[in-house]
Amino acid sequence: MLTYLIQRFGQAVLTVAAMATLVFLGVYAIADPIDVLAAPDATPDERAQISRRLGLDQPLWMQFATFVWRALHGDLGRSFVYNEPAFTVILQRLPATLELAFTALFIAIALGLPLGLWAGLRAEKATDKAIMGGSILAFSLPNFWQGLMMVLIFSVTLGWLPAGGRGETVRVLGLDLGFLTLDGLRHLILPAVNLALFKLAVVIRLARAGTREAMLQDYVRFARAKGLRPARIVGVHVLKNILLPVVTVIGLEFGSMIAFAVVTETVFAWPGIGKLLIDSINRLDRPVIVAYLMLTVCLFVLINFVIDLIYAALDPRVRLAETDA
Amino acid sequence: MTPAATLPEEPVPYRADPVWRAHARAFFRSPAAGLGLVILVAVALVAALAPWITPQDPYDLASLDVMDGTQPPGSRSFAGLTYWLGTDAQGRDMLSAIVYGLRVSLVVSLSATLIAASVGSCIGVLAANAGGRLDAVLMRLVDLQLSFPAILIALVLLAAFGRGIDKVVIALVAVQWAYYARAIRAQALVERRREYMEAARALALPRTSLIFRHLLPNCLAPVIVVATMQVAHAIALEATLSFLGVGVPVTEPSLGLLIKNGYDYLLSGKYWISTFPGLALVAVIVAINLVGDRLRDVLNPRLSA
Repeated sequence: MLTYLIQRFGQAVLTVAAMATLVFLGVYAIADPIDVLAAPDATPDERAQISRRLGLDQPLWMQFATFVWRALHGDLGRSFVYNEPAFTVILQRLPATLELAFTALFIAIALGLPLGLWAGLRAEKATDKAIMGGSILAFSLPNFWQGLMMVLIFSVTLGWLPAGGRGETVRVLGLDLGFLTLDGLRHLILPAVNLALFKLAVVIRLARAGTREAMLQDYVRFARAKGLRPARIVGVHVLKNILLPVVTVIGLEFGSMIAFAVVTETVFAWPGIGKLLIDSINRLDRPVIVAYLMLTVCLFVLINFVIDLIYAALDPRVRLAETDA
Repeated sequence: MTPAATLPEEPVPYRADPVWRAHARAFFRSPAAGLGLVILVAVALVAALAPWITPQDPYDLASLDVMDGTQPPGSRSFAGLTYWLGTDAQGRDMLSAIVYGLRVSLVVSLSATLIAASVGSCIGVLAANAGGRLDAVLMRLVDLQLSFPAILIALVLLAAFGRGIDKVVIALVAVQWAYYARAIRAQALVERRREYMEAARALALPRTSLIFRHLLPNCLAPVIVVATMQVAHAIALEATLSFLGVGVPVTEPSLGLLIKNGYDYLLSGKYWISTFPGLALVAVIVAINLVGDRLRDVLNPRLSA
């Protein structure tokens, strides 16, 4: 197990290093930040001065070394727009995004599991076809379009819910949370459902496939023969066995939820890190772009690492196969 | 007794039904897939013939009149033109704008899919054929890339490159090649053990001919299936990127950019500027999915379960 852990950890570090190089080359080397920073009528002297101050006159490998050294110390540069450390700017926006993502995750599981179970138990009947048809739509239609239609229906036409923003927030343990106030909750519903739709479809499909498979297994037949009530068979025996794949995929998908929050936050003007990224790209605020990307990359590598470990702990075949190879 | 019956039975030359005809017949057994194909052909024709069939050239500034701005569907312009789907803020006929937008969306996603399929297929077939370390490295790269969401990779690239049709195509190719590489490698690993490959190897054919003239053509069925699905993904992703404002430039708006432009007006109840391009987008994506699902069932029964 230890060998496996060290191997995986090495791979994770390597991935972060590779992505850091790519992000650095992409954002710092392809375009010239001086064009953005210096006034259009700056003299060559002034441009050289700015270039010296930012260390842009150094050779590329030297700049990269400085970038890595500072990044290791948690310094990803100062935002051009906010004139604060880029990392701080992101941390300020992070609670909003996490709140959105966790609420969406909750919706996806709380609705997806029962719907998937239901569809699986009534396979090929009208209920199943309706649920599966809905999930295909949630799957294939672009997320931003679904969000737009939700705004059109629930905000513009019916006027039930606000179309954007975060509403009133309360400060709890140093975090601004919106779901504790009625106004915040009203603002949260539409974006959270929008972000949840795709994962909801995934959970429904997994739960349905798992249920159909589990219902044919011997242990369900035995449970039936033992005279257990159907509610107990489904609620305990079947549910337990379909939870594992659902939990795995949800864990994997949590990272992609943070990434897809970019779209939802733009549609609903939600003040999280996704909207910050788009604003920063439009304003050429490079340090913030880099900080966001590095944060997301680390998050993804961490999630993959943890999932690999859980898999290895649960299934000895995984770690044996890997250490042999 | 008729004379024909006395004739000795002539051997009827055996003629195999061409494979594609059997596939086509199987394909049209599903009415939904047939409808999807009809929609796609119609959309492609409309997009290709855009300059000749639209009521207005939406990018000829001389034909626009700001006085006609944000008119609801069905209203008439001073020149007597009826705006069936309304107009946007610049007084542009939405129907014409959608047809031109469809054009941009289709060109971007089709060219990206074509390039990604070629690049991915070559890499996949090479990896399967080389085996060993090269295969391991390439497939590890595929795994790594597929563990990141497509939109994140596209955003990284477009943040670095800036806006532009060519840049969106590059980003889509970078996102999608891995799917093809993985699909075709799996197929190639099976195909290279077949007799015809054995025979080709026994003939000592050059390696490139082995790979590209014998192995690759026999691995194309999964590529076709993956490609139809990926076109739909490419259209949706391009629309999303353009909606976020990092995709195609404002001078050549795709459906996604049209939706973005109408978004501000949506909140004040002028629904048509965003809704109709969106409906066009949805129709195309659903049609492709219908066709793709059917193609998968017909071409690769193993995958459909």
